[in-house]
Amino acid sequence: MLRIDALSKTYADGNQALDTLDLNIRTGEIVALVGGSGCGKTTLLRLIAGLDTATSGEIRLDDAVISGPSADIGVIFQEPRLFPWLTIDDNVAFGLSHLSAFEREGLVANALGRVGLSGHGHRWPRELSGGQQQRTAIARALITRPRLLIMDEPFSALDPTTRQSLHRHLLSLWDESRPTVLLVTHDVEEAVSLADRIIVMRPNPGRLHEEFPNLLSRPRDRMGTGFESISRSILKSLDQSLKPIPQPAARATAGEAAWW
Amino acid sequence: MTLPASTTQAGAPPAERLDAPASPTLAAGTMPVLVPARRWGTGGIVGFMLPFALALVWEASVRLGFSNGRLMPPPSRIGATLWDLAQTGELASHAGATLWRVAAGFGLGAAAGTVLGAVSGASPVMRRIMDPTLQALRAIPSIAWVPLFILWLGIFEASKVALIAVGVFFPVYLGVAAALSGVDRKIIEVGRVFRLSRLQMIRRVTLPAILPAWITALRTGLGLGFMFVVAAEFMGASEGLGYLLVDGQQLGRPDRILAAIIAFAVLGKLADGLLVVVTRPLLTWQDVGRDRL
Repeated sequence: MLRIDALSKTYADGNQALDTLDLNIRTGEIVALVGGSGCGKTTLLRLIAGLDTATSGEIRLDDAVISGPSADIGVIFQEPRLFPWLTIDDNVAFGLSHLSAFEREGLVANALGRVGLSGHGHRWPRELSGGQQQRTAIARALITRPRLLIMDEPFSALDPTTRQSLHRHLLSLWDESRPTVLLVTHDVEEAVSLADRIIVMRPNPGRLHEEFPNLLSRPRDRMGTGFESISRSILKSLDQSLKPIPQPAARATAGEAAWW
Repeated sequence: MTLPASTTQAGAPPAERLDAPASPTLAAGTMPVLVPARRWGTGGIVGFMLPFALALVWEASVRLGFSNGRLMPPPSRIGATLWDLAQTGELASHAGATLWRVAAGFGLGAAAGTVLGAVSGASPVMRRIMDPTLQALRAIPSIAWVPLFILWLGIFEASKVALIAVGVFFPVYLGVAAALSGVDRKIIEVGRVFRLSRLQMIRRVTLPAILPAWITALRTGLGLGFMFVVAAEFMGASEGLGYLLVDGQQLGRPDRILAAIIAFAVLGKLADGLLVVVTRPLLTWQDVGRDRL
C-alpha cells in the first residue's frame, strides 16, 4: 500500500505546491490524478518517485519510508526520455546493469515483445515514432518489475489512436503483475478508461478536492452510459475545483467602523 | 501475454530510401531512416570546383598577359615549387615538424581543456573560482605569450608546443564546460530514477550526452592549433611550414609562401578529416540533418 500522510511542499520561491495532503492507495490499484494546472499533481508524483523532498509529511510504500528513488518504483514521464546514444535494446536494459548480458537479453526481448516492439531492439530512438518511443519507455519502466508505477501524463503528446492502443498495452501489462499505478492526466476519458479511482485535485495550494471510485468493468466502453456519467461528474468536479474557496467575510476593524 | 494484433509493430518493414523512385509505403508509426541521396551535389568533387575555377582563371590571366604573376604566382608555378619541395624532401620535413608540434600541442591542450572544462562544468563552485581567471587569460592575444614562453621554456620545441597548447585549450575548455552545464535535466532524472551512483551517472549519462559537443570542441581546438603553430614557428624555428613562410618572405619567393599556405590548408583539412573519421562511429546515434544541409 502507498500511504501519504500530511504531505506538504513549499518551493524556495515561497510557492506552496501541496498542502497537508493525505492519500492511501491500495496495492494493485490504478489511481488517476486529474486537476487544473498548478494543482501539484506533478509535484506529488516527483515526491513519491523520490526525485524531490517534501517540506513536511511522509510517504510510505508498504511501510518503508520513501526518501529517494527506489528499485520498487518505476517512473514513466510525459516524454519518453530515452537515451539517444543507446539502442532500443540498451535503453530498455538500462536498469538491468546488475544482470549478466545473457539474462538482460532474454528480459529485454520479452519486454519489447510485450509492448509490440519485437525486432526494433537494434534501432536508435530517433528511428522510432513517438508512440513507439513511449512504448519503449513503458518497457524500460516495467522490466524491473516495480511495485509502484508512476506515470506523469505519459500519453499526452500522442495522437488519439496511438493513445488508445497504449492504454490497451498498459492494461494488459498491468494485468500480469498488478503493480500499483498512479497516473497523472489531463484527459478525463483516459482517467475513466484506465483507473479504479479518480482523484480531482484543486490548485493554490494543491489539495485533494474529490474522489470518484470507478467500478466499471474492463474493457470499458467509452460510449456506455456509466462511462459518460462518471466522466460528467468528474468534469463538473474539475470545474468546481478551479473556483476559489469562499473566504469567511472579513470583519471590519475598529478604525473602519469608526469611519462609517 | 499476447498483445492485440492490431497494436503490435513486429515485422515492420525495413526503412525505405527517401530517394526511391516510387513513394515508399511505411508501416503505421514507423519513422523512415534518412539515407543520404547520392546526387552530384553531395559528392566530394563539388568541393574542389570553386578553388579549381579560381585557379584556372588566375592561370589564364597570367598566361594571357593580364598580370605578370610576380607577386601572385600562377597555380602552375606554385605547383612546380611544391613539386620541387617534395622532390628534395623539404616539404615532408617541414610538414612533419609542423605536424609533430600540432600533435603535441593539441594533445596537451585538449587534455588540459577537457579536465578543467569537466571540473568547471560539473561543479558550480569550481566554475565560480576558475572561470573568471580563464576567461581573462583567453582574452590575451596569442602572440603576447611568445616572449614569455621563450623566456620560460627556451627558443626550442617546448615554447612552441606550449603556445599551440594554449590555443587548443580554450575552445576545448569552453566546449566541455558549456556542454556539461547544459546536459538535459530530464535525462539526468532518468539516471536518478535508476539510482545511478555519481560515477555511473558520469559514465552512463553525462559523458555520452556531452560527446558531440566535446568532439566539436576538439575540432575547433585542432583548427586553432594549426593557426597557433604558424605563430609558434615564426619564433625562431629552423623547420616547419611556418618557417617556410618566413623563408619565402625573406627570399622574396611568393611561390614558396603560397606553397606553404597550401600545405597548411591540406594538412589542416586532413587532420580535421582524420578526427571526423575517428570519432564518427561514436556519433552514429545523433539525430541530425547534416546529410540534408
